[in-house]
Amino acid sequence: MEAEAAQWLRGLFSIHHREAGNNHATKVREVGLLIGEMAGVEQESLEFSWRVLTEGTPAEGAVLKVRRVPLVGRCAKCGREFHIEHYDFWCPVCKDGVLKTISGREMQVEYLEVD
Amino acid sequence: MEIKVIKNILGENDRFAAENRAMFAEKGVFVVNFMGSPGAGKTSVLEKTMERLKGELSMAVIEGDLFTSKDAERIDRHGVPVIQINTAGGCHLDANMVQKTVREMDLAALDLLVVENVGNLVCPAEFALGEDARAVVLSVTEGDDKPMKYPLMFKESEIALINKIDLAPYCNFNCASAKEDISMLHPGIEIAELSCTTGEGVDVWCDWLRRGVVAKKAEVRA
Repeated sequence: MEAEAAQWLRGLFSIHHREAGNNHATKVREVGLLIGEMAGVEQESLEFSWRVLTEGTPAEGAVLKVRRVPLVGRCAKCGREFHIEHYDFWCPVCKDGVLKTISGREMQVEYLEVD
Repeated sequence: MEIKVIKNILGENDRFAAENRAMFAEKGVFVVNFMGSPGAGKTSVLEKTMERLKGELSMAVIEGDLFTSKDAERIDRHGVPVIQINTAGGCHLDANMVQKTVREMDLAALDLLVVENVGNLVCPAEFALGEDARAVVLSVTEGDDKPMKYPLMFKESEIALINKIDLAPYCNFNCASAKEDISMLHPGIEIAELSCTTGEGVDVWCDWLRRGVVAKKAEVRA
């Protein structure tokens, strides 16, 4: 699990590094993340690793602002959208319709707040 | 100053996976990402698979393991080409590791490539390798509650193998409940009950592989 967190953070860090560099930022204040309900990201471990990784960089002390994205599916049969409860991907109305995930798997950097 | 970004954090892995997918499509090889807990019986299932498909399908295996080559040695005994990836502590394979490895393989000579992932029910589900399908092995000794505890793994798999089914009566494993949970997570998923000891269900799994190989070859011809 730790290795995954590390890889995850490398991805996050390289996006932040590139974007901040492209915009000639000297200090990163805040990083906005979009994390889906089914992304399996543990916020406390993320924040801990982020602190360690950014030490001594322009992002040291930057706040991670996490916006959770609900797990939503659209029924392939009736087209209605539902919040998926208890990971039940059957349509609650059609019963035999299948919900296709339309949000809730995100792991994205949404924005950077820089000086 | 706010900079709008909207970039996938695992975007780099996804890029490598897309390259792998294109390479596998060009060579017409059906690629399966084979996942499950440590001790679920992934390598044992592969041993049975090799016995069954010998002379019928041209197959190769990539073995993901933290440190050892114990599983690769088991595959090698069956005369099937096998390459070991040691992740040196990493809990999953990623698309870049697979890409480096397949460069050493004659993909055009293969019908089927099985990538046995590191034993883990969590992280491998997050990392696409460029595979055509994912398969998960759940053994009855792990308990029937595992699908709901590790939903993504089952959500992302096209087939779930319930392994060591001969031990179910001794493990308090409610097979109906496990299957119901798996089908709830992934409506339409194939489920096979399997035992490497008795051989039960191995044919169902091998048929699924055969169908995958045929579909992949048809795709290449189209």
